[in-house]
Amino acid sequence: MQEKIRNFCIIAHIDHGKSTLADRIIEKTGLLTQREMQEQILDNMDLERERGITIKSQAVRTIYKAKDGQEYIFNLIDTPGHVDFNYEVSRALAACDGAILVVDAAQGIEAQTLANVYLALDHDLEVFPVINKIDLPSAEPERVIEEIEDVIGIEARGCPLISAKNGIGIEEVLESVVAKIPSPKGNADNSLQALIFDSIYDSYKGVIVFVRVMEGRVSKGTQMKMMATKAVADVVEVGYFGAGQFIPCEELTAGMVGYITASIKNVKDTAVGDTVTDALRPCEHPLPGYKKVQSMVYCGLYPADGAKYPDLRDALEKLQLNDASLFYEAETSVALGFGFRCGFLGLLHLEVIQERLEREYNLDLVTTAPSVIYHVYKTNGEKVVLTNPTNLPDPSEIDYMEEPIVRAEIMVTKDYIGSIMELCQERRGRYLSMDYIEANRALLKYELPLNEIIYDFFDALKSRSKGYASFDYDMKGYERSELVKLDILINREEVDALSFIVHSASAYERGRRMCEKLKDEIPRQLFEIPIQAAVGGKVIARETVKAVRKDVLAKCYGGDITRKKKLLEKQKEGKKRMRQVGNVEIPQKAFMSVLKLDDDK
Amino acid sequence: MQNLSLYLHIPFCIQKCAYCDFLSAPASDAVIDNYVDCLCKEIVAKAELYGQNVVDTIFIGGGTPSILSIHQMERINTTLQNHFVIASALEYSIEANPGTLNGEKLSCYRACGINRLSMGLQSANNDELKCLGRIHDYQSFLDNYTEARKCGFTNINVDLMSGLPGQTVQQYQDTLSKIVALQPNHISAYGLIIEENTPFYERYHNTNATSSLPSEEKERQMYYLCRELLSQAGYHQYEISNYAKTGYECKHNIGYWTGKNYLGMGLGASSMIHNTRWKNTESMVLYSSKATEKEEVIELSTKDQMEEFMFLGLRLTKGISCDEFKERFEQSVRSVYGEWLQKMEESGLIVWEQRIYLTKRGMDLANYVMTGFLL
Repeated sequence: MQEKIRNFCIIAHIDHGKSTLADRIIEKTGLLTQREMQEQILDNMDLERERGITIKSQAVRTIYKAKDGQEYIFNLIDTPGHVDFNYEVSRALAACDGAILVVDAAQGIEAQTLANVYLALDHDLEVFPVINKIDLPSAEPERVIEEIEDVIGIEARGCPLISAKNGIGIEEVLESVVAKIPSPKGNADNSLQALIFDSIYDSYKGVIVFVRVMEGRVSKGTQMKMMATKAVADVVEVGYFGAGQFIPCEELTAGMVGYITASIKNVKDTAVGDTVTDALRPCEHPLPGYKKVQSMVYCGLYPADGAKYPDLRDALEKLQLNDASLFYEAETSVALGFGFRCGFLGLLHLEVIQERLEREYNLDLVTTAPSVIYHVYKTNGEKVVLTNPTNLPDPSEIDYMEEPIVRAEIMVTKDYIGSIMELCQERRGRYLSMDYIEANRALLKYELPLNEIIYDFFDALKSRSKGYASFDYDMKGYERSELVKLDILINREEVDALSFIVHSASAYERGRRMCEKLKDEIPRQLFEIPIQAAVGGKVIARETVKAVRKDVLAKCYGGDITRKKKLLEKQKEGKKRMRQVGNVEIPQKAFMSVLKLDDDK
Repeated sequence: MQNLSLYLHIPFCIQKCAYCDFLSAPASDAVIDNYVDCLCKEIVAKAELYGQNVVDTIFIGGGTPSILSIHQMERINTTLQNHFVIASALEYSIEANPGTLNGEKLSCYRACGINRLSMGLQSANNDELKCLGRIHDYQSFLDNYTEARKCGFTNINVDLMSGLPGQTVQQYQDTLSKIVALQPNHISAYGLIIEENTPFYERYHNTNATSSLPSEEKERQMYYLCRELLSQAGYHQYEISNYAKTGYECKHNIGYWTGKNYLGMGLGASSMIHNTRWKNTESMVLYSSKATEKEEVIELSTKDQMEEFMFLGLRLTKGISCDEFKERFEQSVRSVYGEWLQKMEESGLIVWEQRIYLTKRGMDLANYVMTGFLL
């Protein structure tokens, strides 16, 4: 039975079609009829469907009857493609024995193709390529095959040439899975050793852990033990993953991928990356877990309605179970009250968490300007690790500051090299090298301050290359830098939640644009409101929101008083979505405006 | 027993104006005729229920009620007179639009007992009229106005609009001057509101297009100019958008602001009797089959009544009486709204004495003031 199992994932650069291929595989293996197919089955978060991206890894089990007449069990794990979610990818990889590498026949290898392949090879996975979108007029499968062999160094001749969208070549992919991906190792008679690669909270079943069983077996009644947290619980149910549903089964044995529910009381007892074993017959060593991820971007999250603070705390706790890369701790703001400082892997991750909190937990949030972690060295020799700009010590106490630097790899077609280099220069980038990976495309290497890329670098990169540039980065370390705190004063009062740290050379420009943006975001009120940007108490930019002149219904709706009242109620509702700071009402979205300073350009 | 106001809705017009979101549309003679049948049936049925109250104001509104033929108008009027008890001191208004009026119709109105004519002029500038999608020009209004006076109408209202696309303060002033010269008894001066589901909304709701609309500052300038010019000409402002020669204030509309009972009949008409509000169906098909069915019936709680007392009463320049509030609700206005009233007084938006009323600045920001009275 074990030799008939194939645990694999699909890896690709974003938009190369991996979720569509996953859909086709599920369809072809007969788990669902075509009528039941909903596009991108594995992207079952509303957010994923809307944005067309995969955020969470998803697993599904299907049965494939191969040409050799045998039935194989496929455990397919769909993974995110965006650099922010590399952590999700590496968790998924640890549960697999092989990977399908999807490459777009027109675009070829992109920055995240490389990043994901290297991740897969690090996990000792068997990787075979598939060229997708061969039906596009601009498809050049021969060139892409050459590129894969030259750049990545894996065999690509004779690989499946497919169109996942139109269902071309899917059979060939399935046969390759059977032929090229090894069956799982491990022995069902050994002591239980299973890796937790994900978990979610379900209001009926409680905590559900997703596991890859490496050795031994687990079934209902097994007394399981989490090796790192030492928590023990009785297994209530085991099963595998249908499309969007959990299907209970008798037992999970070595080589299988599935889920376990147990009498787990505390959500903190189940850490992703931990090893599950049998409390009565424990294995000797835990599996190598995951390296702890480091948050790259921090921001404050506050409930729009202060009374919802406990709800936000509960929501974060549950979301963290599903997304171990989310970090949070309590903080307070003068402007916003009680909230949390949260750490994220990147800006997309931040946006995704924010939207998930709002949708899945029905919360209305105010988000403060995102910040990276700065190191502040004080004159008294003390070192402060700064995640919240508000906590920056007085400038007189600061000796110097350091900011995080990343090594960025940007792949770009020849025509846009100039504009991308220009962009990197603007963002204080340090040029390292440029290599042509083929006649028409180059790999640019730069060192860039992280705080220059967290806001809108992706968007700028895309717009300046018409979408022909891709990007990946990793942390290099910290470097000394001339940084200042930019404060925003609204009606002459400093609003802590709007402060951010910026390089001294761009302080003026940022301050000016911030004031302009806030002027547009803050509605006119009873009195004139000055908006100022200041560095170290010195005002460097100013705008004014003029006093409101008119707010009256100068129209006769006759006796339809209900309509008049509805209009007033709507207006009153709108006011509730504002934050009162001093005398001024500030709309929630104004706090995010720092993010979108490049919008109007 | 309290007196009753009647409102009759005529949901037809020659063509829909580009800014209009009222319940009205062009229709064939047969449809209008059938509607008059249904309306008469409703009048008879409602008179059974509410006919014991003396009716002291009647308002026939629309749409364009003057689109009705003389025969149709007479039928409606006869039904009303036969089934309701009508006070001798009756204010009886009809809305009429230039382009649909003539001497015969005006004489018919007089014969029916209609004693107040409300004319939908909107502007004396033909370009502005065209932009609004009106069917008339200024000259046809003048002809109708003269004719109406000749027929014996001694109480005429003229509707005007400010804040129109491309309108300058000077243009508005021209309109005001021309109308003041005619000396109507009442002037309603509304500001244009861009409502959803109108051609104007498509044209002007997004920000790049609003540049053709007068700015907030210009719009207010027009409002102040109107108040100033009309006051000099002997019209006093008694409501945010309404001006009258003394004694010619519209009793029917004041009824809406002061919580008087009114019975609306016709498609989509609203009613409020003994603290119950309801609305007739807006579907012509439903209305034709069962004209008397109420929709959206709302029993006003004490909270609703207090809210309405405040936000409706404050539309009138004389505002509300603190004593009346106390008498009606057995609590002082201070105990219910003290905090907001104080804030509004400190901001210079209301005067708070025995009566509470909006200041001039308060009238500019009336919605803001009124939202604070929603509990």
